[in-house]
Amino acid sequence: MSTQVPDQTEDESSASEAETVPAAQERRMEKKRQRAAEAEEKRQAEEAEAALSDEETYHLKVFRYDPEIEGKKEPRFDDFHVPYHKGMTVLDALMYARDTYDSSLTFRHSCRQAICGSDALFVNGSQRLGCKTQLSELDEPVRIEPLPHAEVVKDLVVDMEHFYDQMEAVEPYFQTNELPEGELEEQRQSRENREKVKMSTRCIWCGACMSSCNIAAGDNEYLGPAAINKAYRFTMDEREGEDMKQQRLEILEQEHGVWRCQTQFSCTNVCPKDIPLTEHIQELKREAVKNNLKFW
Amino acid sequence: MYEHDVIVVGAGGAGLRAAIAAQEEGADVAIVSKLHPVRSHTGAAEGGINAALREGDSWEDHAYDTMKGSDYLGDAPAIETLAQTSPEEVIQLEHWGMAFSREEDGRVSQRPFGGLSFPRTTYAGAETGHQLLHTMYEQLVKRGIEVYDEWHVLDLAVSDEDAPEDRTCHGVVGYDIQSGNVEGFRARDGVILATGGLGQVYDHTTNAVSNTGDGVAMAYRAGAPIEDMEFIQFHPTTLPSTGVLISEGVRGEGGILYNAEGERFMFEYGYASNDGELASRDVVSRAELNEVNAGRGIEDEYVHLDMRHLGEERIIDRLENILHLAEDFEGVDALEEPMPVKPGQHYAMGGIETDENGETCISGLYAAGECACASVHGSNRLGGNALPELIVFGARAGYHAAGRDLGEAEITTGKRGEWEAGDVETPVDPGAVEPDVEADASGDAVADGSGLDPAGFVERATERATERIESLLTNEDGRNHAEIRADVQQSMTDNVNVFREEDALKQALRDIREAREAYQDVGVADQSRTFNTDLLQTIETRNIIDLAEAITLGALVREEFRGAHWRKEYQERDDENWLKHTLLSWNDGSPELWFKPVILEGEEKRYEPKIRSY
Repeated sequence: MSTQVPDQTEDESSASEAETVPAAQERRMEKKRQRAAEAEEKRQAEEAEAALSDEETYHLKVFRYDPEIEGKKEPRFDDFHVPYHKGMTVLDALMYARDTYDSSLTFRHSCRQAICGSDALFVNGSQRLGCKTQLSELDEPVRIEPLPHAEVVKDLVVDMEHFYDQMEAVEPYFQTNELPEGELEEQRQSRENREKVKMSTRCIWCGACMSSCNIAAGDNEYLGPAAINKAYRFTMDEREGEDMKQQRLEILEQEHGVWRCQTQFSCTNVCPKDIPLTEHIQELKREAVKNNLKFW
Repeated sequence: MYEHDVIVVGAGGAGLRAAIAAQEEGADVAIVSKLHPVRSHTGAAEGGINAALREGDSWEDHAYDTMKGSDYLGDAPAIETLAQTSPEEVIQLEHWGMAFSREEDGRVSQRPFGGLSFPRTTYAGAETGHQLLHTMYEQLVKRGIEVYDEWHVLDLAVSDEDAPEDRTCHGVVGYDIQSGNVEGFRARDGVILATGGLGQVYDHTTNAVSNTGDGVAMAYRAGAPIEDMEFIQFHPTTLPSTGVLISEGVRGEGGILYNAEGERFMFEYGYASNDGELASRDVVSRAELNEVNAGRGIEDEYVHLDMRHLGEERIIDRLENILHLAEDFEGVDALEEPMPVKPGQHYAMGGIETDENGETCISGLYAAGECACASVHGSNRLGGNALPELIVFGARAGYHAAGRDLGEAEITTGKRGEWEAGDVETPVDPGAVEPDVEADASGDAVADGSGLDPAGFVERATERATERIESLLTNEDGRNHAEIRADVQQSMTDNVNVFREEDALKQALRDIREAREAYQDVGVADQSRTFNTDLLQTIETRNIIDLAEAITLGALVREEFRGAHWRKEYQERDDENWLKHTLLSWNDGSPELWFKPVILEGEEKRYEPKIRSY
């Protein structure tokens, strides 16, 4: 699997920007770039040396790309040797490398506790959350790349727009025609039914599943595991009622819906919240069949 | 320049609720947020939402518990608004499909929480915030509300009359993280700040890396007073290695705290002889640190939280997320062994001064949620009261900004009501190292703002922000923010923590001054316009410095022990002198300290300060 980097020639904005930069500034920037490249080489050499003298480090190979910085326009891998402490995660290591060696190293992260879903990465060949992955579980060098099958914005940051579009394509919001009338009256939901949808509600929109899915890679319109799971969350919620279920199954049955899934389980395997995505998709297929037989 | 009726900054619980309310009221509303909404830290809230929903409970009891928990520093109109409105907001969430935990009869479950006289905390497992955040984002999608996500708001566009009470907020300046473009956002009717916490001021915190107090800092610099900043909640159960939160729900369900000797210290050493583990958070945090300081801590650092006796079934049913957190972030199987826990920064009770409608003293500027201070929580927030604050005051700010008449507020903002000047002796000057550039350029029509129309103020703020970014990028060999930030965080954890004493507080002010001076030469090495997190963190670091200083100044001036604020030299709550809020006004770089009285007069009764015991 290769990571998709946007085609340089199509990037008009950066090209036109470059033309407006005066020549003097251009020369100055060129000098800066040279200096930066030299400093970078020196840093890597020093780190490598430090790594030899100290066994308690982890060797990271981190994907780098920046559409506008000389030397990073062509994707490359940078080496970082990070001092290890017990419990250190991939995210900890990246933060250390950024704060200590290279402040331009770029990745999304926020909560550090596997709930914001910002830091799904491709680590040693599989989709994982950086904050939830212990370095000690990984073989060295630890290869850290952006999520495959998404356009790289910079370094480890990918464009999530397509993922969000698919999520929003399934009417991802609760809909019902009948709400209880009394003031402060809640809808009733059985414990069993809450339990049924519970796992599906745990999705943190990290995009790991979508990135791991071969079908999604080949069919850009495929809703993908996360969006189908979102639809499952509502389809199976008894509070929505039969009419809505009907409507939801119609969305899911479309050409790029549930029937595309070939049950390879890659999404289920990479989900950091252990959501049984493939099962949910299969269950919706069964619901769809039952539904069609009803009108037959 | 983009233009909307109402601009909401931040997309956590308060921001989403505000946007939905403003739209309901007919406004063209947009959210500008440095994170995509579902990444917001509301999602990490675990325990629950307090709401008096059932027979045997009442909003009056909820209000009383909250006032007591606040150690009588909350304002009654805000507290009563919270307690009265929370039930309808919780039912609203349920009607929007939120996956609450349920009772056998299908109704929403409630559990006991610290400092509550009734089990009134509604919840969704130990992931209530996640469910709330996603439910509300779903509603946002349904309503087609526009979100500028991964747009970092740099500054407010505020007019510059001498008195902040005469100023008007006309919009904000946004920075598009992906492209590096700076754009003005004009708000015709109002700007609502909902930027959340400031936990990154400390180095051991349950807060996200993104919780850098941006909204509080930018409102402060624009002239809005910030209130009660010294009151920082340290949550008693965070994992020692990372600061990840272990919900109060664990103790609510019956979890027990033990010291190294295996003693149930909350009872055995008399910290809370009635409520034990379910005393208020400030009480439990101090008790834990006392145990550690008395040599009864484990590894001299933490205590144990044990929930094994609850049984696997109940744990999985109500606290499953805790098992994952303990396993993933501490390597502990909480079904088999107790969890190590220690206090960690969790919540800022203080923030931007607002009234119960969310309005600040600056016309058109609102704040809601953790970044605001109405004040609901006073000197200590009760568990389960943060989420209702988001939805209750988020909604009110949204409605009010969009024009709904919520009645006149009883809480006054700015120096409109009764106030008194304050003073504090500091070892170094607080405030800006150099006077604000903007304030300095007198005589220039653009600088003094005369003759500018609303869009003009937004344009001016946009130009200034652009210049600032250019100057940070030009100084590429300058000091790196990471080091400055780490120094401040360390000093705050060492000196302005659970236990506070004068010398340490003064040391923190010296450290903060040093950080300010270092920041004068800060620069950004990454020269890229694309997703430049080096630049953004540099900007956030300035906010951290300003807020660290405000917290420390408040802590130094308040010579009493109240709620979360413990002072070695002053071991008593002093109602005679300190039944008042601490306020700080930036005044173009020279912080001014002042006070205003607490409002204990409720709708129907006055809350008489009592000794607070649990």
